[in-house]
Amino acid sequence: MTYTIKGSTGQWEVVVGLEVHAQVISQAKLFSGAATAFGAEPNSQVSFVDAAFPGMLPVVNAECVAQAVRTGLGLNAQIHRVSRFDRKNYFYADLPSGYQISQFEHPIVGTGEIEVELADGSTKVIGITRLHLEQDAGKSIHDQHPTKTLIDLNRCGVALMEIVSEPDIRSPEEAGAYVRKLRSILRYLGTCDGNMEEGSMRADVNVSVRKHGEPYRTRCEVKNVNSIRFVMQAVEAEATRQVEVWESGGTVMQETRLFDSGRGITRAMRSKEDAHDYRYFPDPDLLPLVLDEDWIAALKASLPELPDAKRARFIQSYGLSPYDAAVLVAEKATADFYETVATGRDPKIAANWITGDFFAAMNRLGRTIDNPPVTAAALGGLLDLMADSTINGRIAKDVFEAMVETGKDAATIVDEKGLRQVTDTGAIDEAVARILTANPDKVAEYRSGKDKLFGFFVGQTMKALAGKGNPALINETLKQLLSAPKE
Amino acid sequence: MLTDLTIAAARDGLRAKEFSAVDLTMAHLHAIEALNPRLNAFITVSHARAVDQARAADVALAAGEQRALTGIPLAIKDLFCTEGVRTTAGSKILAPFVPPYESTVTANLLRDGAVFLGKANLDEFAMGSSNMTSAYGPVENPWKRRQDDTAVLVPGGSSGGSAAAVSARLAMGATGTDTGGSIRQPASFCGLVGVKPTYGRCSRWGVVAFASSLDHPGPFARTVQDSAILLGSMAGHDPKDSTSAALAVPDFEAACRRGVKGLRIGIPREYRSDGMPVEIDALWQQGIGWLRAAGAEIVDVSLPHTRYGLATYYIVAPAEASSNLARYDGVRFGAREKGLDLRDLYERTRAEGFGAEVRRRILIGTYVLSAGYYDAYYLRAQKIRALILKDFTDAFGKVDALLAPTAPSAAFAQGENMDDPIQMYLNDLFTVPANLAGVPAASVPAGLDANGLPLGLQVIGKPFDEETVFAVSAAIEQAASFTALPSLRAGG
Repeated sequence: MTYTIKGSTGQWEVVVGLEVHAQVISQAKLFSGAATAFGAEPNSQVSFVDAAFPGMLPVVNAECVAQAVRTGLGLNAQIHRVSRFDRKNYFYADLPSGYQISQFEHPIVGTGEIEVELADGSTKVIGITRLHLEQDAGKSIHDQHPTKTLIDLNRCGVALMEIVSEPDIRSPEEAGAYVRKLRSILRYLGTCDGNMEEGSMRADVNVSVRKHGEPYRTRCEVKNVNSIRFVMQAVEAEATRQVEVWESGGTVMQETRLFDSGRGITRAMRSKEDAHDYRYFPDPDLLPLVLDEDWIAALKASLPELPDAKRARFIQSYGLSPYDAAVLVAEKATADFYETVATGRDPKIAANWITGDFFAAMNRLGRTIDNPPVTAAALGGLLDLMADSTINGRIAKDVFEAMVETGKDAATIVDEKGLRQVTDTGAIDEAVARILTANPDKVAEYRSGKDKLFGFFVGQTMKALAGKGNPALINETLKQLLSAPKE
Repeated sequence: MLTDLTIAAARDGLRAKEFSAVDLTMAHLHAIEALNPRLNAFITVSHARAVDQARAADVALAAGEQRALTGIPLAIKDLFCTEGVRTTAGSKILAPFVPPYESTVTANLLRDGAVFLGKANLDEFAMGSSNMTSAYGPVENPWKRRQDDTAVLVPGGSSGGSAAAVSARLAMGATGTDTGGSIRQPASFCGLVGVKPTYGRCSRWGVVAFASSLDHPGPFARTVQDSAILLGSMAGHDPKDSTSAALAVPDFEAACRRGVKGLRIGIPREYRSDGMPVEIDALWQQGIGWLRAAGAEIVDVSLPHTRYGLATYYIVAPAEASSNLARYDGVRFGAREKGLDLRDLYERTRAEGFGAEVRRRILIGTYVLSAGYYDAYYLRAQKIRALILKDFTDAFGKVDALLAPTAPSAAFAQGENMDDPIQMYLNDLFTVPANLAGVPAASVPAGLDANGLPLGLQVIGKPFDEETVFAVSAAIEQAASFTALPSLRAGG
């Protein structure tokens, strides 16, 4: 169903385009040799180039360029053989040179697209307008001194990719799915860690609303939104605000706004009139960036398998449902975990365990796939015990919880707790006979056609065997004894 | 006198142990002591450091290790960052700035054994043609008018201190930078050889930027051979400057001896402006005659877009400068004025720190890059710049080098040309096209005007063909046998 906002004058469609700033994973900054590690002592990763000392010159870092090209390839985008760096001029204390080196007219990557999966199982293609490289600014810290602003230049000059989408997004859900998918691709490629809470990925959200069939109306830009949840909330809050403005007879003015996550609203930051005149012009310190066709081809050949391809392969080779496959490939680490478990085992059972008990335990304990509640090898061991009938599925759930709790492997727990499945037919026959004898009326009902009671007999038998009975053997014995009444 | 020696002669004398590097440096330091209070050619004299470097040179010479410039005392334009030695760019805003690094060009000179006497005066941020915009006071040209030796003449600019120092024998050579003529015009005004090499030949790393696409470091010397020796040391590929050319440095000194026989020399007809002084035109004709006599073929060529050069230059250069000078904000280095908030701090620091000419160019540059004006000014200027480069490319399809005057006049007096900035900008008329095209050019002293002031001729070459520029310059030098001396000079 199309997402709309219901106003007093009818339904409003939401139009969203996103500009995502993704910090490039690289050892050194975009134009200086300084290091880029997160969390270092303030101003400890600053070269004279970053601090814009007189006579310092930028030299482009080839690895950052390669990362941008890899990302462009991952977004199925055009790679521009020739691009150019421009200066974006403005004064601020955390911008030492008084200009940011960016790519204005000639970005390194042109149009591309990504496919996002939605909750109803459908997919949607979102267009990518461009990707360009630029420098990050430093950080101004306003809350550590009563009258002074402190400046940390560690981040200054770190490479960013600005990835601009087409205004193809039509709902908060699509906006969230887009950022999630983009982040997944960047992580697969290893070009951005996608940690929004650390600020290494942040989104500017452009929102407008319109009545069905109308051309675009004026948009507002909600700056620096730093989580997927906030992106979705910002779309909704801003669209709702605009609907109210239009419906109360007002006009939405083009402006830059901030999302106040505490109050769930957007607030005006600056209007178009106050907008900087950035005086873009080509940076005369840098030559045009010219890429070699063979170099691009070599990068393309070395790209890892990306989420879409992996999902298709999981459906194809493992027989997974599209939904399970999408869940498992969203994070590369999860997909790798799954493949470790699934290799040499039943791939569907592996998928069910990971998306079921495993994810539940991970979420409950606040763990991540990189620090999982049980290792892939241990989970595989548990599945093996089920496969060779050492334990049944019900017991396996208990064993799994014990594994999470104790860190011991499945076989140890099964031995220690004596959970080995009862496959002794004599013991099962005896238990079944005892249950049938104790419930003559139910036996009679069953025999007169009440098939549903079969489950009751299974449950009772299993209970009698302390849950360790082999379900197949119990079924077999029950069927035999119930269908052949003693004469 | 030691201060009268050429670099080439001093090199021989040092090798032959006729005198020591300390002797040579002390002679220049004494000359500076005597004349700099009047000439104001140096902003900073690094006396102790120079003596230390000279002693080190003597140790090297004693060990038989003589490099291209071992023990040769030089002046360094105060636009080159020198590690541990204050670098002002002629501006108040950098008055307290002591760089923690050495520019590539000066590092190359030090690698080759040079001794640095100090930092030479210049127009503020190299913006000027008279050295009158320096925050450290004007520089006096050592040359005097024959009829009127009271008039204080300018040395030209922006590398006025470098030119005055070499002319008055306070240094054997100097570094300069040439953005629109800032080496060649002062060389012409002070009777020196000044070379602006090809863009990319000398690294800009560590040189305080004025207009990045136009800034060219280069040498001043009293002979063509000396300038070739200096450029040979200054030049070379620098991976720290993305616009530096990855080319080997040729033997420029050897190129001075090539001669011009068989070379085709172009005479650009557009350089003959209507208002050109008769003396300048006569000198030009003289130069043509000399080269023809030396065996060169003279060819008439056209550079049709020359007349747009100055206008183009005064859009591109301020545009880049307005951005390059944004970093002087009082936050991290240099002078800072107190402010009520960040914006106030910026405004006070920059209003107090920059002089009138720098402020004018920042305003012009900001204007031409502004939304709504960019296409009409900056973009159009870039298009004309491309046409000017094409003019040179076309001309060099027919000739090996071009000959033209360097400046439209001899040195003028302090106070002249000061009321109207445009009048001052006209000084760059013949020099800016080579900056816009990035081609190498040199000014060679070729004669005197009626007042006895030096006049230079300009030789312009193909990109990265400084060798031909040196060959042609040497031929003019030989024919001109320029022996006149400035009134103010060491021992004079």
